[in-house]
Amino acid sequence: MIYLDNSATTPPYPEVLETYRIVSERFFANPSSIHRLGGKSEDLLNKSRQQAADLLGVKENEVIFTSGGTEGNNFAIKGAALKYRHRGQHLITTRVEHPASRNAFEQLEALGFEVTYLEVDENGRISVDDFKEALREDTLLVSIIHVNNELGTIQPVKEIGKLLKSKPKTLFHVDHVQGLAKVPLNFKESGIDLCTVSGHKIHGPKGTGILYVREGVSLEPLLAGGGQEFAQRSGTENLPAIAGMVKALRITMEKSQKGIAQLESLNAKIREALESHPLVTIHSNAQESAPHILNATVKGIRAEVLIHALEEEEIYISTKSACSSKDTGASEILLACHIPEAVAKQAIRISMSFENTEAEINTFIAAFKKKVGELEKVREA
Amino acid sequence: MKMEHIYLDHAATTPLHPKVLESMLPIYQKVFGNPSSIHYFGREARKLVDDARENIAKAIGAKPNEIVFTSGGTEADNTAIIGTAMAMKAKGNHIITSKIEHHAVLHTCQYLETQGFEVTYLDVDEKGRIQLDEFQQAIREDTILVTVMYGNNEVGTIQPIREMAQILEEHSALFHTDAVQAFGVKKVEVQALGVDLMSMVAHKINGPKGVGFLYVKEGTPFSPYQHGGEQERKRRAGTHNVPGIVGLEKALVLAAENRDENDSHYRRLQTIILQYLEEQHIDFSVNGDVKDCLSHILNLYFPGIKVEPFLTALDLGGVAVSSGSACTAGSVEPSHVLSAMYGKEAEQAKSSIRISFGLYNTEEQVTQAAKIIAQTVKRML
Ligand SMILES: Cc1ncc(COP(=O)(O)O)c(C=O)c1O
Ligand SMILES: Cc1ncc(COP(=O)(O)O)c(C=O)c1O
Repeated sequence: MIYLDNSATTPPYPEVLETYRIVSERFFANPSSIHRLGGKSEDLLNKSRQQAADLLGVKENEVIFTSGGTEGNNFAIKGAALKYRHRGQHLITTRVEHPASRNAFEQLEALGFEVTYLEVDENGRISVDDFKEALREDTLLVSIIHVNNELGTIQPVKEIGKLLKSKPKTLFHVDHVQGLAKVPLNFKESGIDLCTVSGHKIHGPKGTGILYVREGVSLEPLLAGGGQEFAQRSGTENLPAIAGMVKALRITMEKSQKGIAQLESLNAKIREALESHPLVTIHSNAQESAPHILNATVKGIRAEVLIHALEEEEIYISTKSACSSKDTGASEILLACHIPEAVAKQAIRISMSFENTEAEINTFIAAFKKKVGELEKVREA
Repeated sequence: MKMEHIYLDHAATTPLHPKVLESMLPIYQKVFGNPSSIHYFGREARKLVDDARENIAKAIGAKPNEIVFTSGGTEADNTAIIGTAMAMKAKGNHIITSKIEHHAVLHTCQYLETQGFEVTYLDVDEKGRIQLDEFQQAIREDTILVTVMYGNNEVGTIQPIREMAQILEEHSALFHTDAVQAFGVKKVEVQALGVDLMSMVAHKINGPKGVGFLYVKEGTPFSPYQHGGEQERKRRAGTHNVPGIVGLEKALVLAAENRDENDSHYRRLQTIILQYLEEQHIDFSVNGDVKDCLSHILNLYFPGIKVEPFLTALDLGGVAVSSGSACTAGSVEPSHVLSAMYGKEAEQAKSSIRISFGLYNTEEQVTQAAKIIAQTVKRML
């Protein structure tokens, strides 16, 4: 089995499962309960938060545990806009956000906010000049995806953060779900106020995530209730999964440096093989993309057909992002990059993690060539 | 499971049932795919989610498409209330709830008040029950939503949900109930109850934390709260927590299977404590209504006892109970439920504890706990 759909989700590390199991058994009490068992859970929660903060290079009170990337983006975007409404009505984002951000902005538009959607070039990248032009006195929030989940394009988050440092009234949110550990980002140096990450994309449990909220910023809560997570996010803490996610974060961060080098070399390998193939167009730009995502179209071969053909060899890749894989329309992200609809419709995505090996990639390349060859013959016949 | 402590705080949270954990771990390992992916792993994961949805629907007498998975009870409550309030806005802005709701409901209603909605908070009698005639009087033409919990998490009092639904039959207002505490001991059938929306959570019935669901009756006006991908028929975005959802399913099935047995067991445990305290001539009274309550919850008032040192002493003595709800994040504030029942300055709100039963509690354990409670009271008076 060769799993190359790691941008959709990843298998949890065995150590993560072990943590999940142990915490479920030994720390089942509610951290808010004041008896000793509750105290034990609370200690573990605090320890997990401290570890997560250290790994992300932030402070303990800046880590808010969430149910995932979708909640993180919704919370950051709507929570900031609703809380700081008095500062202005203007928001800036891009044309290539994950639906969890895009749809949150649409909701805010319906509430009367004005949203500027920055256009992207053919590589899916926004321009810093466009951003400068869009920025206004009444811009209260800028929200940008760091690494695009379909193309892998890296946005100039650091430059934008620098520009925003002189605008203390404009908050800066980054969707770092795909970039975490694979495209390092220093939240503090980059002037980021809010940053979303998700556990299941880094071999952690599903239903977990972190929203970094810089000290001094508070959001309008989306989940009101018992006042957990510094009264920002209510709900009984999912402690086994939180501890599991933090474990995954630690393992991933430890592997980061070597892992990135490995991904770069695997990426180059796939790129080389695909580039030399007459039917293949690669959409992910070689210079401006994350090393783990490659998006391409094989001319004349339907994405679904190719995916199922590779499945016969137990190789798993995907069409565009999993969240919208069900509708058959072309990816809005690719369309935003001015890729023609017919080409965009047939795009496939190969997404790796630190766990993929060179042998796996060699097998994938061989299978890919073989299957494309077969399908091409069928098509011509 | 062996516990050094006698854990009598199951209304705060419960240990994961070993069979539930057993059902979850292989899914983490083998079916880790994203249900939205179209390849094998995605399809297998999708099948699990579909099966779970069907079995859960069956367990509450609903249709599969009426189940919306959430990250827990708090999210289910927030989503139910805000999702319907927003969808019904054009029809009116009046909401009815009660003074004894969980904070996930109360704080959400308070939030809606800041957004221009008008909320009536129904009083309760000394048993913690709302009066049907007061409810009837509170209903207005512009009432769009009624949200009243099935069984209270602090005193266990059951509300006349069915009767309220009958009163609402000719009215267009939607009816939501928080049944988070009820499922383990009461048959919860949405048709029989006559509700349009109902919140449930797994971790109160030996399921995993971080997962729950909202029942939304077919045809109910509803606007999504968490935006993003197209999961849950666009009613709740976010990558599915597949192992969590399967754990929820398993926990619900087990809870339903053992419901009658558990209910009578908990009633026996209640009797053991009440009889023992009487035998020992302890001055106490029951908060709530032992005759018609959730049998796993027993709330007791000990006149003249200060609850904080009392809880600490019990904890040191090996009995884990709580004052009011755990969810008021660690604080021992006077309970809003007891204040609603007896008045703001009532002694009950300062001198009561909640005992709540669950899996693994034996008669011996509870007898032992009763002894420790009686000894502690005697010592403290
Ligand atoms: C860039 C990006 N943002 C947000 C999300 C949503 O995260 P989650 O699936 O944890 O809700 C995803 C993945 O689905 C993503 O790729
Ligand atoms: C009645 C009731 N509703 C809602 C909740 C909230 O559930 P959760 O903390 O799992 O989000 C709880 C428990 O905390 C509860 O007892």
